[in-house]
Amino acid sequence: MYKNFLRYIISVLFLLGVCGQANADFKVGFVYVGPTGDHGWTYQHDEGRKAVEAAGIKTTYVESVPEGADAERVIRQLAQSGHDLIFTTSFGYMDPTNKVAKDFPNVKFEHATGYKREHSNVSTYSARFYEGRTLLGHMAGKMTKTNVIGYIASFPIPEVIRGINAMTLAAQKVNPDIKTKIVWVFTWYDPGKESEAAQALIDQGADVIMQHTDSTAPVQVAEKAGVWSFGQASDMQRFAPKSILTSIIDDWAPYYVERSIAARDGTWKQQDTWHGLKEGMVAMAPYNSAMGSDLVKEVEQLQKDLASGKTHSFTGPIYDQKGNILVADGSVADDGMLAGMNVYVKGVEGDIPK
Amino acid sequence: MSFDLNFIGILIGAIMASSVPLILAASGELITERSGVLNLGVEGMMIIGAISGFGLMVVTDNLFLAVIGSMLSGLIISIIFGLLTQSLLTNHVATGLALTIFGIGMSAMIGKNFVGIPGKEFPLLFVNLKENIPFLGPILFGHSIILYFAFLLPFLTNYFLKKTKIGLIIRAVGDSPTSASNQGINVILVRYSCILYGGAMCGLAGAYLSLIYTPQWIENMTGGRGWIALALVVFATWSPIKVLVGALIFGGITILQLHMQAVGLRIPVQLLSALPYIMTIIVLVVISRDSRKIKLNTPTSLGQIFYKEK
Repeated sequence: MYKNFLRYIISVLFLLGVCGQANADFKVGFVYVGPTGDHGWTYQHDEGRKAVEAAGIKTTYVESVPEGADAERVIRQLAQSGHDLIFTTSFGYMDPTNKVAKDFPNVKFEHATGYKREHSNVSTYSARFYEGRTLLGHMAGKMTKTNVIGYIASFPIPEVIRGINAMTLAAQKVNPDIKTKIVWVFTWYDPGKESEAAQALIDQGADVIMQHTDSTAPVQVAEKAGVWSFGQASDMQRFAPKSILTSIIDDWAPYYVERSIAARDGTWKQQDTWHGLKEGMVAMAPYNSAMGSDLVKEVEQLQKDLASGKTHSFTGPIYDQKGNILVADGSVADDGMLAGMNVYVKGVEGDIPK
Repeated sequence: MSFDLNFIGILIGAIMASSVPLILAASGELITERSGVLNLGVEGMMIIGAISGFGLMVVTDNLFLAVIGSMLSGLIISIIFGLLTQSLLTNHVATGLALTIFGIGMSAMIGKNFVGIPGKEFPLLFVNLKENIPFLGPILFGHSIILYFAFLLPFLTNYFLKKTKIGLIIRAVGDSPTSASNQGINVILVRYSCILYGGAMCGLAGAYLSLIYTPQWIENMTGGRGWIALALVVFATWSPIKVLVGALIFGGITILQLHMQAVGLRIPVQLLSALPYIMTIIVLVVISRDSRKIKLNTPTSLGQIFYKEK
């Protein structure tokens, strides 16, 4: 009896010890699609990681991981080497993340910009970048003289198409004559190709350039050519001080800190997060005064309205390219429709690559 | 698409600018291969040139030093290849591949400190002529000095290989190192020189990317251009002029497909993206059909290890 009791005490102490150990060893891993120095997408995720580190939690990261087979190997490696929470920060990591999550039920996974949560240990999160695109569209529509807006697109996924549509709708509202020209580069990150695409759009008459790719190359091309541009993911102003009107900034830090602490303390639950201007996950860099104080005021007001919910980026009536109604007059698109968006709205030229 | 003449001039100018790194790297590799050495490390030497050029520009604030330094670093890195393949007689293919992997890793490591720094404006020549002469202006003027050099290089290389004694010696070494050696030619010395020259040109090609084309340092910024340069040399059947043609076609279709997208032509984008590769191969195969000439130009001992029997 006494022996058994002692055994019990020892095993409890041992368990506590293990748990204590596990807590002290709590580690968060990050998988990045580009280098941390891209000054765009990955750079911002890494800023978020640094905030987690500052909150006293150990982190590691792997950068420049190609989407595909390599990604699964890296995620698996992180899970095996004792990481308790893993953020996979690109759309293309969606299937690999879910695949690895199945084999490591005790590890938590957070996948950015995706929609698959096949196992209870996978959460998804994203930002409502399209709210930022609405602001860009407003500025682009007002600033363009040629009425041609050039858009460098990466991959034909809902997130990118949503951005194109939100921008076009907002631009049409202030300038019904605008045309959106799109070049697909099929990469998130290839400065050479991105700058060639920017140049091609400028040569085709675009005097406002925006990008859904991650390098600073397009804004530099725009600066040289003397046309307007917008930074992507982080404030790119110093790469093109004259040309950049503003940048859409992704601020992941608060979310990363909150989720890391939750996972450490055992309160982490599966969820799908989609935050925007309101929560601050999407923020705008300072507006370039070159667009005039009136326009700056207008855009600031629009930003406030989007944040408060007074205005919605996708307010009806919205038509697709063939003229079919997508969103009825007076109503707004619901999140389900936004998440799966795969048609262009009226006014966008060309077809979505299949 | 608007078809006014000046626009076509601007387009041709852009195409020329995009083909410069291919011309430089392929011309360098061509000399190396004509001496019988197959160096698959082009991509690695280019990326080392790119980071060295950009790093030196940031540190010294001197573009001239940066360009010279990038060539020197390409040359230095090719010494490793020379030592291994010529002195230690390792396999050319394996050593070249290792050089590429080494170069990419090494450049990423050095480059950590240079990420996110905006580049410096590289001086362009005759900018006012470019703007004042329609059509021909944007084609002929407003480029960097390296572009003019790149477009001269294939002709110089052609002349050098065909009309000079050293050119003849290089070809002799590439065709039959044993006979060349029996004639009293120092085969190893010739091959070393060709390897170093190839390295320097690849370094310059890299510097063109990091200093002029997209003036910044980015990991892996050569983006496979080294491999394309290698392929160009083979498909151009070791003729410098055909290398120039191939590089222009490749650069041309890359740019044109972006324009076709921008005007909204209804061709599948994936097909457009593959077009530069397909068209370059087809054109080069068609213009190089003469098998007698291919035999004449192909360095017979390419990739074979040579050692002098004592």
